[in-house]
Amino acid sequence: MPPKRRNHDIIEVENVGMDVDAEPDSDSEEEARRRSRNRRSKSQRKAKQVSEDEDEDEEEEEDEPPRRRGRRKTTKTDEDETPQRRGRGKRTKPQDSDEDEEGDKRRAARKGSKASKKKAAKETSDEESEEEKVGRKKAGRAVSKKEKEEQNKEQKGNVKGKDGENKDKKKKKKMSSSSSSSSSDSDEESLSEGEIAALKEQVEEKKKLIATLRNKPWRMNKRLSLLKEAQDFVEKFEGALGKGKGRRLYAFKVMMTKKLIKFNRDFENFKTACIPWERKIKEVESHFGSSVASYFLFLRWMYGLNLVLFGFMFGLVVLPEVLMGLPYGSIPRKTVPRDEEDTAMDFSVLFDFGGYCKYSILFYGYYNNDRTIGVLQYRLPLSYLLTSVGVFGYSLLVVIRTMARNANEGGDGGDEGEFIFSWKMFTSWDYLIGNPETADNKYASITTSFKESIVDEQENQKDENIHLRRFLRVFANFLILCSLGGSGYLIYFVVKRSQEFAKMDPKTLTWFENNEVEFVMSLLGLVCPPLFETIAELEDYHPRIALKWQLGRIFALFLGNLYTFLFALFDEVTAKLETEKSIKNATEWALHQYYANYSSFYNTTDVPPPKVAPADVIRGPCWETGVGREFVKLIVSDVQVTYLTILVGDFARAFIVRFLNYCWCWDLEAGFPSYGEFDISGNVLGLVFNQGMIWMGAFYAPGLVGMNVLRLLTSMYYQSWAVMACNVPHERVFKASRSNNFYMGLLLLVLFLSLLPVVYSMMTLAPSFDCGPFSGQEKMYDVVIETIDQDLPAFIGNIFIYASNPGLIMPAILLMILAIYYLNTVSKAYQQANTDLKKKMQMAREDEKNRRNNKDSTNQVMKDLEDLMPDKSLAPPPAEEEKPPEVVIDKSVKPTKTKPGTAEKGVNVQKEVSLAAPNPRRPVTRAPGPRGGPPGNTRSPQPQPGKGRGQGAAPRR
Amino acid sequence: MGNKQTIFTDEQLDAYQVRRRLHSRYHELAPHLVPMDYTNEPDCKLPLALIVDMPELKENPFRNRIVESFSEDGMGNLSFNEFVDMFSVLSEMAPRELKAIYAFKIYDFNVDNYLCKEDLEKTLNRLTKEELTPEEVELVCEKTIEEADLDGDNKLSYADFENMISRAPDFLSTFHIRI
Repeated sequence: MPPKRRNHDIIEVENVGMDVDAEPDSDSEEEARRRSRNRRSKSQRKAKQVSEDEDEDEEEEEDEPPRRRGRRKTTKTDEDETPQRRGRGKRTKPQDSDEDEEGDKRRAARKGSKASKKKAAKETSDEESEEEKVGRKKAGRAVSKKEKEEQNKEQKGNVKGKDGENKDKKKKKKMSSSSSSSSSDSDEESLSEGEIAALKEQVEEKKKLIATLRNKPWRMNKRLSLLKEAQDFVEKFEGALGKGKGRRLYAFKVMMTKKLIKFNRDFENFKTACIPWERKIKEVESHFGSSVASYFLFLRWMYGLNLVLFGFMFGLVVLPEVLMGLPYGSIPRKTVPRDEEDTAMDFSVLFDFGGYCKYSILFYGYYNNDRTIGVLQYRLPLSYLLTSVGVFGYSLLVVIRTMARNANEGGDGGDEGEFIFSWKMFTSWDYLIGNPETADNKYASITTSFKESIVDEQENQKDENIHLRRFLRVFANFLILCSLGGSGYLIYFVVKRSQEFAKMDPKTLTWFENNEVEFVMSLLGLVCPPLFETIAELEDYHPRIALKWQLGRIFALFLGNLYTFLFALFDEVTAKLETEKSIKNATEWALHQYYANYSSFYNTTDVPPPKVAPADVIRGPCWETGVGREFVKLIVSDVQVTYLTILVGDFARAFIVRFLNYCWCWDLEAGFPSYGEFDISGNVLGLVFNQGMIWMGAFYAPGLVGMNVLRLLTSMYYQSWAVMACNVPHERVFKASRSNNFYMGLLLLVLFLSLLPVVYSMMTLAPSFDCGPFSGQEKMYDVVIETIDQDLPAFIGNIFIYASNPGLIMPAILLMILAIYYLNTVSKAYQQANTDLKKKMQMAREDEKNRRNNKDSTNQVMKDLEDLMPDKSLAPPPAEEEKPPEVVIDKSVKPTKTKPGTAEKGVNVQKEVSLAAPNPRRPVTRAPGPRGGPPGNTRSPQPQPGKGRGQGAAPRR
Repeated sequence: MGNKQTIFTDEQLDAYQVRRRLHSRYHELAPHLVPMDYTNEPDCKLPLALIVDMPELKENPFRNRIVESFSEDGMGNLSFNEFVDMFSVLSEMAPRELKAIYAFKIYDFNVDNYLCKEDLEKTLNRLTKEELTPEEVELVCEKTIEEADLDGDNKLSYADFENMISRAPDFLSTFHIRI
């Protein structure tokens, strides 16, 4: 402890710029004391002698806690000095200059008091050494009056302090002196209840000061000295009041709070570190703005969703089949047919997901229709159906929940609060940044975010011909509707034609006629988005809104894509269903023949099943696997196309622009090809439709989800690299709406669209008779009914029957509609209330503005602030030293030079008085002790707040 | 000595350690200037150039202003106490009001106790490395004043600033240096 305290004191004392006789308490105390002694010594040789002896004693005791010291030390010097020190310390900061005068005054006063004290000191000096207690008390009695006076004087001096703080301190000082007297009496019991309470209050006050000291906008020096005082005080009196025990607990609490804060911080860091790609996305965001980042956020969200879906599919369907199902080659559906065996391992076939791939765990057809598998009696078919439905259910849930949460989180972007620019300006730099790279990113991101806000702001300020704009917007929408309608008709027309072509002999058709649909589709996909973008320029929307329109329009266009794809698929399915039916009939017929032949040949009814190798069994086309393959192929080709586009359209382009620019006739970077911009709408829609394919395809190809997870993973890395490496930010970087709800809305729509065909096929189409988990059932959902019938108790079956009763369903639907209506109304009411509140807040703000205009209510803070203004006069260090004397000289002449304070007048008066006639002052200012005991009451001096300090010390002098 | 130990609480110890650490950092900045032993009142100040070179401040666009705001003479020379002051205000534990006061001082480039347009422009240019066009800077500064200026004097007083910053969601988390 000592080193710290000493440092503290010394630094404190010296920095505060107190005059020489400021006495720090530990080491330099002695020295200071000597100095002060010298000052007053003249008349008190004797007393000095005594006190010197005393000093020696003190030195030994010095290391003891002040509390004990207070109690045991009885030297006058000590007691005398403490108040003074305190008073001085108190006044430290703002009134440096005044200090000296006060010091002088005090000194003078002390001299006076000393003289009268001398007697008492003589009286007690010899007793003192033997019987401290008695001596102290006597001394206390003798000197108490003087002390009081002195304190009063000091008090007055302190009044000068302009802020409440100083007053507090003064009080504290008084308190401390009184309490020191009480402690020197060493019996706390002698304090009256009220005084104890008051003391406690003071201690509390001090403690509060200590606790809040760091909140005060003072310079360190001031704070240190204040803290020191307060700590001394508390230390002393906590002991006196028996409160010392709480300390440990308090310290422990503080420590725990700190630890907790640190832990929380680390935990937060850890959590942030656990968010994948956070840094990557932040980096993209800092350079390309939140709109581009919103795509990556969406991608990440999608990845999370798919990871969960993959978990479901893999854990509940794929893994059980692999672990517990029959191995490959055991039954026909798990075996490559004989005529495909030769090519089953060819790369081209595998790449097309034929051959071994087709008869693998990836596809629907591989799964067996045994009701239960393995030792666990796992009901695979049921699980297959429920998981597929569950995937939809979960996705719906997550999408809607996210939408709701986003909607809560805040509006449509753009306007957040009233201080967009101010907050950006003053809080966007993170002072923690210490890494140059991070700092560069931060600069970029701040610039970007400013640009975003500027775009928003410009949009707000734009005011032109509203009619023209309206007309242009209507016109643009008309154009786009035309082109959408045109392309819709084109698609319809082509699909119709392709159906006609399909009936013809494929050999008579040209290549173009064969691939007409695909050709038209990709042509539309290529031409329409840029066309829409061009038309959208007419509308002159804010880029964020323009992006939404663009997304909506391209979405409509892509719906055509989806439509043709599904159309083709269902054609294929119906065709396959036909062939399947015939094959099924044929096999049944063949089986029948076999049985008939067998029984007639061997003349027995006990016919063994025909022995055919699984590869040779005649089997149906298994349309589910076919559909699954279509989806898988589609996804794979989509990935290829996307990645190639990025490679060619962005990377190669950027490469050429960058390096051919040196030897080209025009500026490639600024001119025609330039660098690509990141195509937000295209990428988002690509992602959304891709997810639609996954949802639809997952039922037919459980492995599809896993593939999609891989795809999203790679595209996260690939695209974030590509965007950083090859793209330039948009011309007008705009802020994405904070909620990604528009993307989510599209996703929800696609989810519904993809839900339909799957549910349709589950409910109405007959599953293949020889492949997949539902083979042998009339309909896929029969597996549920079967489970209910066979495995669950009868009453549950009854419940299901009742529940599916139209009489129950109709009211339920009605109820739901009513509930929706009600909630909708309520939400509208809330919205209304919300806007009202916003209005009110706005008005309140205006009010506040007006009020502030009228009166300045922030005096205190402003003063503190002024306090902190760099003191130019301090710039050359020597000025500091010279200042005090100057002021001292000045003070008597120009009282107004002292700091303006509430008690200025009184102080000045006092100063003058003290200068003129130091000695006579005491009798005048002395106030009768409120509780002065009767003269005879020697043994129990009534401790008075104002008088205690000098009690023990007086005899010494 | 032994007795004193008892009243030396953990909290104090903690503060002491922090101080020690700060002191060693302070010492490191200029080993030849700053004595290792601080028991007897060395009167030394480190110049701004040394202090802004600390890794904690090096990347900060406002580093000079930070140091200047905490120095008593306004020139950026920091005594050890001011040095401690700086990091205590920028520490996690400092309250919002205190931070707000010093933030105001930091952004007040011309030290006139008001954030005027000039100050804002400087702030903005440091934040964006002067990547914005003059018109954009103009717009942003105007908007900032418009948003935060409550008394309509076209500059931000501390009251305006405090009112604005007290509602900023991430002021506390960003105005913060760990050492």
